[in-house]
Amino acid sequence: MKKWFKYVKPYLLYFILGPLCMIIEVIGEVLMPLYLAEVINGAVYKTLTTEASLWAMVKMIGTSLLMMIGGVGGSYFGAKASVNFAADLRNDLFAKVQKYSFANIDRFSTGSLVTRLTNDVSQMQMFINMMLRMMLRSPGMLIGGVIMAIRLSPSLSVVMAVTIPLLLAAMAFIIARGMPRFSKMQTKIDALNSTVQENITNVRVVKSFVREEHEVDKFGRANRDLKDAGMSAMKNMIFMQPVQTFFMYVTTGLVIWFGSQLVINNYDAGISSFSVGELSSFINYVSQILFSLMMVTFMLMFSSRALASAKRISEVLDEKLDITDTPNVEADAVIERGEIELKNVSFRYYKNSAEPVLENIDLTIAAGSTVGIIGSTGCGKTTLVSLIPRLYDADEGEILIDGRSVKEYSLYNLREGVGMVLQKNVLFSGTIEENLRWGDENATDEQMFAAAENAQADKFVKNFTLGYETELGQGGVNVSGGQKQRLCIARALLKNPKIIILDDSTSAVDTATEAQIRRAFREELAASTKIIIAQRISSVKDADMIVVMDEGRITGIGSHDSLMQSNLAYQEIYNSQISGKEENK
Amino acid sequence: MARTLSELQKQYNSSANGKTGDMRGPGGPGGRGGRGGPRGAGGKPKNMGKTVGRLLSYVGKYKILLLVVFLFMIINTVASLVGGYMTRPIINRLSAYVGLEVDTETLQTPIYVALDSVIESVKNGATGFISSLVGDSYNPVATEVLFYISATLMILVCIYAFGILTNYMQARVMMTISQNSIEKIRNDLFLKLQKLPVRYFDTHPTGEIMSRFTNDVDNIDVMLNNSLTSIVSGVISLAGTLVFMITTNPWLTLITVAFVPFFAIGGSKIAGASRKYYSGQQAALGAANGYIEEIVTGQKVVKVFNHESICCEEFETLNEDLREKQMKAQFYGGIMGPIMHNTSMISYSVTIGVGGILMVMGRLDPGALQLFAQYSKQFSMPINNISQQTASIFSALAGAERVFAIMDEEPEAPDAEGAQDMPEMRGDVAFENVTFGYNPDKVILKNISLYAHPGQKIAFVGSTGAGKTTVTNLLSRFYDIDSGKITIDGVDIHDIKRDTLRSNIAMVLQDTHLFTGTVRENIRYGCPDATDDEIVEAAKTASAHSFIMRLEHGYDTMLEGDGANLSQGQRQLLNIARAALSKAPILVLDEATSSVDTRTERHIEHGMDRLMKTRTTFVIAHRLSTVRNSNAIMVLEAGEIIERGTHEQLLEMKGRYYELYTGKKELD
Repeated sequence: MKKWFKYVKPYLLYFILGPLCMIIEVIGEVLMPLYLAEVINGAVYKTLTTEASLWAMVKMIGTSLLMMIGGVGGSYFGAKASVNFAADLRNDLFAKVQKYSFANIDRFSTGSLVTRLTNDVSQMQMFINMMLRMMLRSPGMLIGGVIMAIRLSPSLSVVMAVTIPLLLAAMAFIIARGMPRFSKMQTKIDALNSTVQENITNVRVVKSFVREEHEVDKFGRANRDLKDAGMSAMKNMIFMQPVQTFFMYVTTGLVIWFGSQLVINNYDAGISSFSVGELSSFINYVSQILFSLMMVTFMLMFSSRALASAKRISEVLDEKLDITDTPNVEADAVIERGEIELKNVSFRYYKNSAEPVLENIDLTIAAGSTVGIIGSTGCGKTTLVSLIPRLYDADEGEILIDGRSVKEYSLYNLREGVGMVLQKNVLFSGTIEENLRWGDENATDEQMFAAAENAQADKFVKNFTLGYETELGQGGVNVSGGQKQRLCIARALLKNPKIIILDDSTSAVDTATEAQIRRAFREELAASTKIIIAQRISSVKDADMIVVMDEGRITGIGSHDSLMQSNLAYQEIYNSQISGKEENK
Repeated sequence: MARTLSELQKQYNSSANGKTGDMRGPGGPGGRGGRGGPRGAGGKPKNMGKTVGRLLSYVGKYKILLLVVFLFMIINTVASLVGGYMTRPIINRLSAYVGLEVDTETLQTPIYVALDSVIESVKNGATGFISSLVGDSYNPVATEVLFYISATLMILVCIYAFGILTNYMQARVMMTISQNSIEKIRNDLFLKLQKLPVRYFDTHPTGEIMSRFTNDVDNIDVMLNNSLTSIVSGVISLAGTLVFMITTNPWLTLITVAFVPFFAIGGSKIAGASRKYYSGQQAALGAANGYIEEIVTGQKVVKVFNHESICCEEFETLNEDLREKQMKAQFYGGIMGPIMHNTSMISYSVTIGVGGILMVMGRLDPGALQLFAQYSKQFSMPINNISQQTASIFSALAGAERVFAIMDEEPEAPDAEGAQDMPEMRGDVAFENVTFGYNPDKVILKNISLYAHPGQKIAFVGSTGAGKTTVTNLLSRFYDIDSGKITIDGVDIHDIKRDTLRSNIAMVLQDTHLFTGTVRENIRYGCPDATDDEIVEAAKTASAHSFIMRLEHGYDTMLEGDGANLSQGQRQLLNIARAALSKAPILVLDEATSSVDTRTERHIEHGMDRLMKTRTTFVIAHRLSTVRNSNAIMVLEAGEIIERGTHEQLLEMKGRYYELYTGKKELD
């Protein structure tokens, strides 16, 4: 609760004024039937005058105007409160996600994070807006109606004491019956959507295997399932209105019946307390009470949805950040040389998984050297390099850069010093220049061009009509895979890092271009430590040191020549890449 | 440096189009709660008449049922009106009993005369029942009044029961109509998608097409289910109320009617303003959500570049804009209700005041005023309702228009007249001077000529964008060539039935795509008749068998969300298995093994060699080791074949291929 109050507090005034405005409306709603009763009773008892009628009218118009002001004010404060609440919450959520470590991000899927930041916040915003405007109104009308009804006639109110619980039970029954049907419908909606989505993304497969008819059948089934599920949900829900109307009419009828008898009995006994005018008002209060009751039910239904959203948002806010600056951080320490040392490092992604991803890794990388890492998919190459800029923290062992533990650098300085091109890399909306400047926003144009040149990106960028001003679509959809990789390398190079890590970042780049990138690395980045993960032997062959990995362990370290002599796995990889040539001979 | 608001808006409004969050209101029980996903911009429909006509053609099939719904709606509305009307004689009888003078003259309207005779006959017909209800403790006059009241209530029970029943029936029938129509619309839309050319999918983002299925069809659904019926029943009850009001008191009716222009003008003014601010809000929401989506998706890169603070700053810029726009939209959206409602309360107040004066003048009885007050409230309800529903009708029509726009897209050209079935295709492929561009002004392939015989392996190499994949697009007629000719076994592919052509080409495509289903179903995709043994055989050929056996349920493991639980390389192996199962004489491998490590690739090659012996194979790869043992290698550059020959011939030519190769050689 405390965490939500943080978003309420700055706007507390709106949160209070909103419902207050709504109280004006409620009071008005309760008063209006009284004025009507005044006029009717006056007429009934022959005491009504023209002045009294006009006076009642003026009072009613005045009340209406006040109610209008109350309603507009309620809308104003409701909007202020809910929109500000949501906006602040959104800012905090976004900032929180920015602080997430890789492990934090992995725990939520990207899609679910996006939904939580967008849909769930909107859901809460709507809920607050509605609550502020309704929380006093509907229950207020309900309570007001009940008080007035009891005041008019306690004995007649007994009728409602009987019918209302029955109505509530009926509605609860319908809602309880409806919930599982709606969730079933939701799964059918998801199924239909994924059928369409798959069909669209796989359009070439569908067409090349001439399976359109099969797809139409499949969709037809999903569509029919959805229709059936929808019908079953709706079949239940359409009872709602008839049931409500039924109870409304039954209650009104009973009130008329017993009320008439009461009026007659009172008259016969000479009591003037409950007469025709009171009966009219009572009938009005009956509909008011039942109507508010339905609104309250809907509010409860809606609240359950908002509560689910609130819970999902809480999870994001409460997620424990597992990589932060440690207490013994030396705030000013920066990476100066780029010497890396891994001491007996072990790591697993899930604390309870049996096999560690990395096991007892010992590795020393000299500053300014080039290191190649090679090994089959899933052997832990990516994980190994991820530990260097603390994208993950090692479970055991220690990682030192320039002789200082990575945990003693501030995260900011550590990552400033390590340039990493991820395997799954992305570019962002914006121009090429804006994307490259992620590396260093203060770089001169010359530095930017140089970085692009070293990544072999300068030439193709200049070939675009707009050059560096070319807008990249979201995720860089309008450049080819190889071009995207080169831009990502350029972006990392612009950081001018002491340590640069390429994680299989040239797989879509042709061999000749890749060779040029490697030459640029050798010549222009002589002082930086370079770690290259690759599939191709040619990518790592001229490295100062090649690390061969298998199943989370290092199985060989050495130069190309020494590994060719001593390491079987390395030889196999090598042979698989050159044997085509030999066969053709 | 953080971008400014206008820069951000420019970049995220277009890319975020159709990605705005779900801002649906609380919604009734019929609302599909929790359905997230994109929400297309509402907007006004452009050609309303035509769209409405087309929508009607979907529900038109149910003419008789619609008529039934209409009938039920009239019965239901009239029943609730008559029901309300009948409290008046009750109040009047009671008033008379307690010694009040009642102007019986106003009770002489034809409806009351008719009602009174019905009440009388019920009273006489059910005397026994009624007297058991009333009991015998009352004086004769009171008993008479109570007899009258109970008879009236009994009629009311019948009327209301009928009303409730028709209300339910109407909802039930309308549900059937709308759900069936929606099912048909969805099916038609999907059927149309299957007929659209690949070009359509290449030029339209998936999210945009998806949004037709989700939002737009949804909006139509809401309209058919709720809006339509509430508008029709609103109009009926408006007319009915008016009739009853006039018969009760024409003068008071005039007052209520005089307020209608206020409603109309006030309502449209507020609606106009709120629509304007609403679309502003949607745009801002779209930009903010688009930004969230992009940044969160690329969150790991953000971290690697220490870019978090700039992202926060940019997001705050967008969020502030959203805050401002949303405030206005929510405010204007919220005042519609209270203003309309209270305008009707003012009209109500005036009616009561004037009614009081009329009573003083003896021109109106209290029962009539009570009744009129009720009608006056009832009168404003449908007006409010209709004005609220118009927005949803407009957005449904705009959605329908977008749905129909897809249905009107040009489908793949039909097969040429006399197109052949080619039952025994051998696979002799020839390109003769083929020229093609995706856009008329940008040629991708220039004058390409080549041939390939069964048993041959033809490779294409060249840098990205050189046109390698285009060759396969043309062969399978995903796109049609601009000039030149492609023949198979000497027949122009335009003269072969498209389905025949495609079933004779097995393709493994660059982007690996799997379907939700088991591994087995995915491999079987192209050949529904394949036996389980054949599937295992194909998987072995593709070196996929061993990893499949390691999956939790082997071949019966469910793959979900495009096989997200498999690595890229494993997905490629499944794609290869799918093609290996096919007996098509032409095989196209487009970067089929790019994510497979080189050792496994060698295994696949050995497996595939057997398959390739009798087939014509096209291989596209940038890894030269993949293409080395081809019968002919085509080096593509800027849409032209600049070199061709075997690996050795090309090396001897010392041209582009040699350069590419030595790029590697230099390091060997």
